[in-house]
Amino acid sequence: MYIDPHIHMVSRTTDDYQRMALAGCVAITEPAFWAGYDRSTAQGFADYFRLLTDTEPKRAAQFGIAHHTWLCINPKESEDVGLAREVLGLIPGFLDRPNVLGIGEIGLNKNSRNELLVLEEHIALAKRYGVLILVHTPHLEDKLKGTILIMDAMRNQGVDPGRVLIDHVEEHTVRHVLDRGFWAGMTLYPDTKMTPQRAVDVFEVHGTDRLWINSAGDWGVSDPLAVPKCRVEMRRRGHLQDAIQKVSFDNPLQFLSQSGRFRLEP
Amino acid sequence: MMAGTPTHTKRQVIDDSFLENRAKVLDLAAFLDRVDRAAGALDAAGAKEAPDDDFRTDALRRAIALLLDGKPERARRILELWSDHSTEPIPAAPMKGALGTVDLR
Ligand SMILES: [Zn+2]
Repeated sequence: MYIDPHIHMVSRTTDDYQRMALAGCVAITEPAFWAGYDRSTAQGFADYFRLLTDTEPKRAAQFGIAHHTWLCINPKESEDVGLAREVLGLIPGFLDRPNVLGIGEIGLNKNSRNELLVLEEHIALAKRYGVLILVHTPHLEDKLKGTILIMDAMRNQGVDPGRVLIDHVEEHTVRHVLDRGFWAGMTLYPDTKMTPQRAVDVFEVHGTDRLWINSAGDWGVSDPLAVPKCRVEMRRRGHLQDAIQKVSFDNPLQFLSQSGRFRLEP
Repeated sequence: MMAGTPTHTKRQVIDDSFLENRAKVLDLAAFLDRVDRAAGALDAAGAKEAPDDDFRTDALRRAIALLLDGKPERARRILELWSDHSTEPIPAAPMKGALGTVDLR
């Protein structure tokens, strides 16, 4: 059994749900993200939130997978602060839906001033409603700077780091994140991010506490079976079943259960 | 044993992954050869720059030097090498994607 705590099923086929279930997936969480194009209105986000809170849970349940979600306007669409504020205004209306765990995936993309402003407003919203936060960190050369700016923004608002997961960590950011008390996620991507091999290296260097793995499967080159493949890689390298279970099931269960909403049954 | 502690010996790690990484080194060599062989200047305006004047291939060469310095944590140090080390937010996002490295020249 495993949990994929970050996957964008809106971009995946029903066959993927079936293959994930066959590989042992029992629960997923789907953060709101960029659709590959900029939505032109807040109403476009309202429809997306309806899909995340109504349509996807039903599609997942057909395969025995419990579906959960996180809501936000993502940093790639945060340059337009006016639109971002309209979307922020919609979120409270969805927060009491049964599969909503919190605010996410918020964060930074190019580390711009408007992105940071919209991030701060999301953090304030999460604090006001007492919900968990899932963070997207920038890619490639922007990741290190963005990760630190994001953690500073959390600290400035007095957020409990034990209720925040910072995702897409790599070898140069994982220590910063864990040392400051946050949870950290590793995204297993076929080419541009972490490979399963490197993720297992990170466990060997930094241990398995407060760390999880996910596929972040979406509309790009990505693999909805990345989590079970990493479990196989750990096993192949001689890691004990306890450690495998910890990073792909126990840790996500522990973090997500803080929401009071996380379930293993659909 | 602490969860996550490596269990394989050096010999096992090399036996297991040498061929895969041998192939990756050849890919890198062939990529640099391909850049050398390709026609045209890098600058669209027709400037006569050598291919390794591109900031990305330059960053790659600097990373390769780190591979050879005999010190540990190569992956972390290479990622740090390619990272933006400024600390203030930029005025506005110029694009959505990222290039893979800052210009180190
Ligand atoms: Zn994502």
